[in-house]
Amino acid sequence: MSLEASQLHLAMGPCPVVHGVDVALRPGEVTAILGPNGAGKSTLLRGLAGLQAPLDGEVRLAGTSLADFKADRRAREIGYLPQEATVHWPLAVERVVALGRLPHLGPWQRLGAADGYAVDRALAATGVEHLRGRTVTELSGGERARVLLARVLAGEPDILLADEPVAGLDPYHQVHFMELVRDYAAAGRTVALVLHDLNLAARFCDRLLLMDEGRLVAEGPAREVLDPEHLARVFGIRAVYGEEGGEPYVVPWGRA
Amino acid sequence: MVSETTRPGLLTALAALLAVLAGGSLALGYVAIPLDRVFQALVAPQATAEAVIVQELRVPRTLLGLFVGASLGIAGAGLQGLLRNPLAEPGVLGISNSAALGAVATLYTGVAAAAPLALPVAAMAGALVAMLVLYGLAGREANVQTLILAGVAISSLAGALISVALNLAPSAHATTEILFWLLGSLADRGMDHVQWGLPFMAIGIVLLLSAGRALDALSMGEETARSLGINLSALRFRVIAGATLAVGAGVAVSGSIGFVGLVVPHILRPLVGYQPARLLPASALGGAILLLLADMGLRLASDQVDLKLGVVTALVGAPFFLHLVLKTRRMTV
Repeated sequence: MSLEASQLHLAMGPCPVVHGVDVALRPGEVTAILGPNGAGKSTLLRGLAGLQAPLDGEVRLAGTSLADFKADRRAREIGYLPQEATVHWPLAVERVVALGRLPHLGPWQRLGAADGYAVDRALAATGVEHLRGRTVTELSGGERARVLLARVLAGEPDILLADEPVAGLDPYHQVHFMELVRDYAAAGRTVALVLHDLNLAARFCDRLLLMDEGRLVAEGPAREVLDPEHLARVFGIRAVYGEEGGEPYVVPWGRA
Repeated sequence: MVSETTRPGLLTALAALLAVLAGGSLALGYVAIPLDRVFQALVAPQATAEAVIVQELRVPRTLLGLFVGASLGIAGAGLQGLLRNPLAEPGVLGISNSAALGAVATLYTGVAAAAPLALPVAAMAGALVAMLVLYGLAGREANVQTLILAGVAISSLAGALISVALNLAPSAHATTEILFWLLGSLADRGMDHVQWGLPFMAIGIVLLLSAGRALDALSMGEETARSLGINLSALRFRVIAGATLAVGAGVAVSGSIGFVGLVVPHILRPLVGYQPARLLPASALGGAILLLLADMGLRLASDQVDLKLGVVTALVGAPFFLHLVLKTRRMTV
């Protein structure tokens, strides 16, 4: 399923922070949303997730305006992983993951066999089956990030949107997380991530969106988007470039 | 498979214990009546002494204890789930105090003596006003802090106005009457209290039960809950309206009985795996159990000392609550 936004204007509180952005997220692709702090990345992601009504413009899911979707239908199609998701009670891991099934349940309906299998698949896909009985508030950062991803995957949404999902993870878990979402997209799903790490974006994402001050300034593959001119103008840095196995890498080297 | 689906053991055990206590509550009192004769008295058509005691005193007292306890327990669990704060309870949002203020106003003006139904009606009106002010102050998109602060403000104002009523009470008799009512009791309640209070408490309890699913989602934060398709405004309305009806009607029939809504969910939360939805029915049963136990204890002790129910729950509840606060702080939950 595709998720598109046209001339999208969004506010954070009273301040407009996204000014007329056009994006199209496509099935089978992982899209990275990059940009400096305050560029409007998270707000754009919330707008795409339908959690925030646009000031102007619209978001379309498979061609239909997101505003016309009922909340539970939208929740079945679009999974959203917020930044620094907190769990307020010391719940068991499998119960947290089972929350991902809520959009599929009727008002008084209990979890059924199909829901149980979806939870099992999500736990297996993210490699946290062995943690299912553990208390989520006692996990390490890397374990928690995978459990929270499993929570979204349990809903088996066609579109996965995640806001800085690898922030605070060690390199091993960052790479593991990116591989997991790549696999998810490879099955024909649509994935978009807000990222700060240029190399994870370059290495694991099919398409990069570069935002600055609420506007889209570049869009395309890493080679085009992360060129010296963009990095200097948007991030104010100069970088060292290289290639490993035919894939580019970018190391921020100094301020421009 | 996810073991969430059914673990009815706890609810069954609580329900069984509650049934035993309800039977005991019908049998125990100034005149002890064996259980077999209680059941005869329940259905006795002629007005024997035992039939009168059971039908007109014990049944209303037991029913009210059961429903007031259930209301306080489930309202505490619901508000704690909504605010994601284990220290929240009907008192925090100003519902209890506002209901008490409404009742005190009728005692102060003497309307309560003139029209027996004025007190419960005024108490529920007080709770309703608190809810409307809360909605007006906090708005439909308010965050948790705003809601709690608005509740604290309402609670303080209602408390201050109750003090004013005590201060300016026309006679020592009126002061005593207000004080006694504020202390909270189930004694000398009749079937009219049951007819007035029960429907509102029942509606409130059902509203709160219906919020379980959404409260589960909310344990991951508001953003995640919304992304799971939860309508937060509708959820807030259900929990606040449910708590208002349940607690407002409860305070109306029994006066102020504190700490049930705080202590019961605290004890039961680990037993339901910390799940807000499963905590709701468990807390309703637990609250009913606690209140029936406390009331029966009072009746047994009434030969030696005449204590009020609200005083006893506060005496037992407050130190227990302090202990829980210190314990949870150490666990940094």
